[in-house]
This record gives sequence, C-alpha cells and structure tokens, in this order.
Amino acid sequence: MANNYTFTRKTQYWIMSIVGIGILLLIVGYFINTPSRQELWTNILINNLFFLFIALFGGVFQALHKIAYSGWHTALQRIPEALTSFLPIAAALMFLLYFGMHDLYHWSHEGLHDPILEGKAAYLNIPFFFIRMAVYFLGWIGLTYLLRKNSLQQDTISDLRYYRRGKFLAAIFMVFFALSSSAMSWDWIMSIDGHWFSTLFGWFVFIGLFEIGIATIILMISFLKIKGYLEFINKEHIHDMGKYLFAFSIFWMYLWFSQYLLIWYSHIPEETAYFAPRLHDFTILFFTILVLNFVIPFFGLMTRNSKRNLKWLTVMAIVVLCGQWLNIYMLVIPGTIGKTAQIGVVEIGFVCLYLGGFLYVVFSSLAKAPLLSKNDPLLEESFHYET
Amino acid sequence: MRRYISAYFEDEGNLLRAAKDLKENNISIQDVLTPFPVHGLDSILGFKKSLIPTVGFISGAIGTMVAFGFQTWAFTVDYPLFIGGKPHFAIPSFIPITFELTVLFAAFGMVFAFLIRSKLGPGAKKTIHDERITDDHFVIIVDLDESGSQDGKVKDILSKEEAQDIKVKEIEL
Repeated sequence: MANNYTFTRKTQYWIMSIVGIGILLLIVGYFINTPSRQELWTNILINNLFFLFIALFGGVFQALHKIAYSGWHTALQRIPEALTSFLPIAAALMFLLYFGMHDLYHWSHEGLHDPILEGKAAYLNIPFFFIRMAVYFLGWIGLTYLLRKNSLQQDTISDLRYYRRGKFLAAIFMVFFALSSSAMSWDWIMSIDGHWFSTLFGWFVFIGLFEIGIATIILMISFLKIKGYLEFINKEHIHDMGKYLFAFSIFWMYLWFSQYLLIWYSHIPEETAYFAPRLHDFTILFFTILVLNFVIPFFGLMTRNSKRNLKWLTVMAIVVLCGQWLNIYMLVIPGTIGKTAQIGVVEIGFVCLYLGGFLYVVFSSLAKAPLLSKNDPLLEESFHYET
Repeated sequence: MRRYISAYFEDEGNLLRAAKDLKENNISIQDVLTPFPVHGLDSILGFKKSLIPTVGFISGAIGTMVAFGFQTWAFTVDYPLFIGGKPHFAIPSFIPITFELTVLFAAFGMVFAFLIRSKLGPGAKKTIHDERITDDHFVIIVDLDESGSQDGKVKDILSKEEAQDIKVKEIEL
C-alpha cells in the first residue's frame, strides 16, 4: 500500500460540497431570519475556538509524547503534525475579531463606569488583547512549524540529532502552551462574562481541547483506515486512543463538577451569576452537554473491547465532538446573545463552512509527507508494543 | 507419581519464545512464574479474559448506591438538618462522597476478589517454587508423562532458548 496519502479528487469534491452546503445554509438562514451582527460574531468566535483547539492539539499531542519518552505514538505522528497546519488560518480568523470586539466583549466598550471592569482595565484593553493574541500565535505557529520541519528532516537523514532537537522543541512548546492556554481561555472565553472569574477555568478549557483533539485524531485514523492507509496502526494504538478519550472525558467531568460544586455551595451572587442563566435559560442544553461529554463516553468506553473497536470508537468520537462543540457554545452564548439564542440553520452553516475549510487544509498538508515517519529511534517500539 | 520439568530463564524474550514454541508443539504448559507481569504472555498461554473488571464494576456500582442511598436517608429521613441554606436532598453535595465510595468499593471488591480467587491473604501458606523467581528469573513448568517419552523434545525446545537451568523433578502423590 502506498506510503503517501493522496488527496483524491473525490475527497476534494466531498469537502467542497460541505463548504457548499455551509454557504447554502447561510444564505437560507439570511432569508429566513437575518442574523444580527452579534449572532454572526458569536458564531465566528465559537467555530474559531473549536477548530483552533483541534489544530493546537496537534502540537500538544506531539509535545506531550515526546517529552514523556513515549514510543507508541511515533507511527501516527504525521496526523497531529498535519492538524497543526491549520494554525496560521486560525490565527487570521482570530484576528478578524478586531472588527467584532464590541459585539462580543462587554469590557471593550468605552465609558462603562463599571468599577469591576475598570479595575481589570490594565489587562482587559483592546491593544493588549491583540498583543497577547499575537504572542500566543507566534509561539504556537513558530514551534509547531519547527517541530514539523524537524520531523520531515529526520525522514531524509538518519541522525539522533533530530530526535534530541524534537524533544527540546517539545519541551519549549509544552511550557509555552501551559502558560498560553490558560491565558487564552481567560482572554477569549472568560472575559465574555467580564465580572466573573474562576481559577480552574484554564484547565477546564484545556481538557475540552484535549477531548476535541483526541476525538479528531480518532476520526482521522478511522477515515484513513477506510481508505486503506495506515496498515501499521494496530489495535494497540486504537486502544490507547480509546483510553485517552475515556480518561479525559472523566477528567473533563471532574473539572466541570469541581467548578460547579464550589459555586453552588458558596452561593455568592457574583459567582452564581455565571451558572444561573446557563441552568435556567438553557436547561436542556446544560444537561445534554453532560450526557454527551461524560455519561455516553463513560459507559460506552468502559470495557476493553469497546476501546479496541475502531468503529465503536468512531461513534464515540463523534458524540464527544458534538458535546464539546456544544460546550464551547455554552461557554460563549449566555454572555453574549443570552436567552434568545438558538441553534439553527446559521449555526450549522458556519460549522459546515469551517469544517470544509479545515479538512481541506489538513488533508492537503497530510498529502505532502509520507504517512509514516522514518528514522525515529522509537519507531520500532511503536510497531511492537502491547498495552 | 507426577513428573515435571522446570526451566529457568534470565530474559523475558527467551521465556516468551520458549512458551510459544511449546504451544506450537502442542505441549501443555503447567505454569509460568515471573517476578513481574510479562506483556504478551497471557495471549500465548491462552488465558481466558479476567473477570476482575466485571467484579470492579459491580462492586463500584454497589458503592455508588450505598453512598447515595445512605446520604439520602441520613439527610432527609433520619436526621434532617439545615446546612448552609441548602435543601435536605442536595444532590451536588452528595456527589464527592458518592464518588469516593464508588472508588473505594471498586478497589476493595477487586482486591478481595483477587485474594479469594487466588487463595491469598494474611496467614495463607504458600510455597515458593524457587527463590529466584522473586528476583530476576522466569520459570516455565511443564508436566511430563510417566514414561518419559516427551522429555527429550521438551528439553530441546527449552535449551534452544537459552534456559539457564533445566530440572526434572518427581513427586509422589
């Protein structure tokens, strides 16, 4: 079987039709019920975050396993590498928010006479917001580009130098990501509810990112397997991905509940102001998210066999992806649009549009390099390991 | 009279290959003793899937019900108190204890099921086959028939994989 993924015309055609459906739905949505500026910008923000998280997880996955001296992931390394190729586009889309700041972030308005927001003005102001955004993206794009380049160079020359350099880059990425992922979640998500804050919010968003990324990699493996590639990815790799999906869905719930319990118990108005609209205006959605992100993956992936079955794992990954998209929706919506928000044609249209673009970028990048990296000292271990 | 052969290996790779060879020659392995779990051995020996996870699930579920049921009974029926202005039946505050007891019950259930099943526990008398298996050696034990017709074949397979020490023992039953 060919070692390179070929981005066939048929696949391109399918991706283009996803984009087409997205545009069509947006046009239909425009005529049915013209979305307001605010609705458009919240949609852009939600999908920006969702697809940025997938792309960013490509870097996290590589870095995490490299610094932990893990061997098993080396055979599927090219998939996370391809995911990171979306980062520059995610950056461009994120900077687009400059035009929608006032529709999304209450603190960005001038002359608010709000003592709490005035107290936060040293951090939450428009110039610094975009300076921080530039710093995050420079770090992420720079480091993931170097990781990718290093891995491609390793293919041509067999030298341990590249292995060590990869480890070095991964360590830097991990430190940078640890700081930037927390700050990113405060900037882009938590500041929507300007008065409210939570100290574990950064972790909560990070675990969401982890779930989204793992689910996406599982779907990519599944797709490539159906197409007849990745014959070297065996049940053991699938099992490990399943364990990730299972474990982090529990951890996601753990953090979600830790945040909820403390706010519920202390019952301080400044804090409950965050959960009250979510629980009362979006009751069904509120519990649907918990079911999709925790209950279904928890019971669905409990047994060993279910984690080793790629078809079942694919179903679970789709469930988790839906759940995590709704979770981001829930993080953003109550602070911006409020109780009138609903998921309709426009929302689905935006998802299709982004999904098509994302898949196009990632698959083009995947087709550029062999699916199996060469010369990695841990590659042999990746073929013969047992979980 | 029962006769058996025991072979000592210094490396788990040799052990795995020897076990595989024996299986391929249709020689049944009586037991394998190792100082630590060896990956891949279970599938070679053809062990059935362990029931320990099922025991863990059931005892965990019992733990969930016990913890949740007891708290509900204690806080609503037996001794209702107002705590922090919360309702008597306050589900979120029950969750941490329910979670902890689920883990505790699951862990204890699995440990005790394992101890009972393998007849272990405080005070249990167990003879150690050889001191070396608690340190750095791996042992395969194969039952031989009384006539000794298989002896040569088994020994060949075992010594091919660099067994350090091959012993034939006889015990009166």
